[in-house]
Amino acid sequence: MKLHRPANRHLLVALVLLVLPFIIDSLFGHGWVRIADFALLYIMLALGLNIVVGYAGLLDLGYIAFFAVGAYTYALLGSPQFGLHWPVWVVLPLGALLACIFGVLLGAPTLRLRGDYLAIVTLGFGEIIRIFMNNLNAPVNITNGPQGISMIDPLHVGDFSIGQRHELFGLDISSLHLHYYLFLGFTLLVVLVSRRLENSRIGRAWMAIREDEVAASAMGINTRNVKLLAFAMGATFGGISGGLFAGFQGFVSPESFSLMESIMVLCMVVLGGMGNIGGVVLGGVLLVILPEAFRHGAGPLQQALFGAVVVDPESLRMLLFGLALILVMLWRPAGLWPSAQRRRELAPDETVAQQEQETVYDHSR
Amino acid sequence: MAENTLLEVRDLKVSYGGIQALKGISLTVGQGELVALIGSNGAGKTTTLKALSGLLHSTAGKLHYDGKSLHHMPAHQRVSAGLALVPEGRGIFARLSVAENLQMGAYTRNDSQVTEDIERMYALFPRLAERRAQLAGTLSGGEQQMVAMARALMSRPKLLMLDEPSMGLAPLMVAKIFETIRAVAAQGVSILLVEQNAKLALEAAQRGYVLEGGQITLEDSAANLLGSDAVRKAYLGA
Repeated sequence: MKLHRPANRHLLVALVLLVLPFIIDSLFGHGWVRIADFALLYIMLALGLNIVVGYAGLLDLGYIAFFAVGAYTYALLGSPQFGLHWPVWVVLPLGALLACIFGVLLGAPTLRLRGDYLAIVTLGFGEIIRIFMNNLNAPVNITNGPQGISMIDPLHVGDFSIGQRHELFGLDISSLHLHYYLFLGFTLLVVLVSRRLENSRIGRAWMAIREDEVAASAMGINTRNVKLLAFAMGATFGGISGGLFAGFQGFVSPESFSLMESIMVLCMVVLGGMGNIGGVVLGGVLLVILPEAFRHGAGPLQQALFGAVVVDPESLRMLLFGLALILVMLWRPAGLWPSAQRRRELAPDETVAQQEQETVYDHSR
Repeated sequence: MAENTLLEVRDLKVSYGGIQALKGISLTVGQGELVALIGSNGAGKTTTLKALSGLLHSTAGKLHYDGKSLHHMPAHQRVSAGLALVPEGRGIFARLSVAENLQMGAYTRNDSQVTEDIERMYALFPRLAERRAQLAGTLSGGEQQMVAMARALMSRPKLLMLDEPSMGLAPLMVAKIFETIRAVAAQGVSILLVEQNAKLALEAAQRGYVLEGGQITLEDSAANLLGSDAVRKAYLGA
């Protein structure tokens, strides 16, 4: 089998992705399959944010709000909270649609803002959603406030629920594994859509706006609609991910949608490589796995080195995480796996001056 | 008005906040005509082009283009109507390749001849053909100006508006750009050329307007303006 043939390479990647949960399970334990599931959810989120930040260049610091909208939609329509148990195939798209609408709602008043100003407004929007969820328990109890909503229906189709283990093809497959495959499917879908968008007319319009909004509008791009579309597309991905999260977790509370989460997703995009799908996926995987690795590794490591746990692993985790971020930004400013364009842009380029000379003087030749 | 007028501007006023940048200017551009709009820094040249392309809203005045009023027409529709702007400072998409920049120029078109037109642009600017895969931001200033012009031409404009195409370029490069402007005009595209370099602009143009402090102070054939004492003193340094 020749690996450089794309078809073969894709087959190999598919095979690895298929057996991955079993490898993780046997090497690191069952808990890490759950972490892999979360990684997939975050990758979806990061890819959604990548559309807004990476392609259209709109810095959104409240992105987790759309995740919250998707999650709460699922939670309210599929839990004992209101006694509603709507089917998943209704609730998930509905959550995505609502998130999309919220995306437009956020986008519309911020169209004239750029950079720092946009960041501040979106940050506020993210907080508003979270605080709403936190306080919508009085006078009429809708969200149960800070207690959150529990006993949410697991993801299911008809009677087949992936909230429990199943006997499939003679294999005993656990709920975590089943979630992995479901999330993997959605993630691949999101990757596919992102790739199609990137190379489309609309994708190029986003990048044109990112580069120079005035010039983009002079090209005949309806900048208002195109920016709204970026917000809407990004929010939709967030909403899907949020719905899946609620079904997976079985519990949602406002705590899961704090500013820190928005920042984390943004870090995935920036650290991995803004605008590059592969980079964003890598960023998502790393930023889910690294903190967990620190959490699990820091305690035993200290025990082995000093004979005692000197620093609380939980606080050490954030310290090391911050350090890792700084190091990456210092040595790989375009991200770990930047898009080809960013890489070329940030690479030192002595040829430009030479080209200038050629351009100017070839006239006289 | 003459029957072959493409653009007619009458008493156009534009304000930034409380400051009136254009105090009611009137000008016309005929079919296939190359018209120069000259004036010093802050005279309102860029403001005029921005108002014409819809990037700025005018407070008063009439804009007629190709028999239609441009009033209330947003910027993106003006491009489909055949008005194209090469913005000041070029405004190229730095992180897109040359080819992608040209494709963006054809954003409003959905005919099948876009690829053909891109090849035509490469023929007009052979330098760009060599650099087609390169990021536009890594090109030299002159090459970037070529990208900006080719990109604007990709929308197949009837009226091309150029904002200071000579700005910041080496003299040889400026000569090359003006050569191209003449070539484009020869193909029948009407051009409204805004320049600080009055001599170059008037040498290329058929007619010219002088803009001072937001008002048109002179209008005449380019040859007469080049010969006029007022213009010579103020803009030609002789």
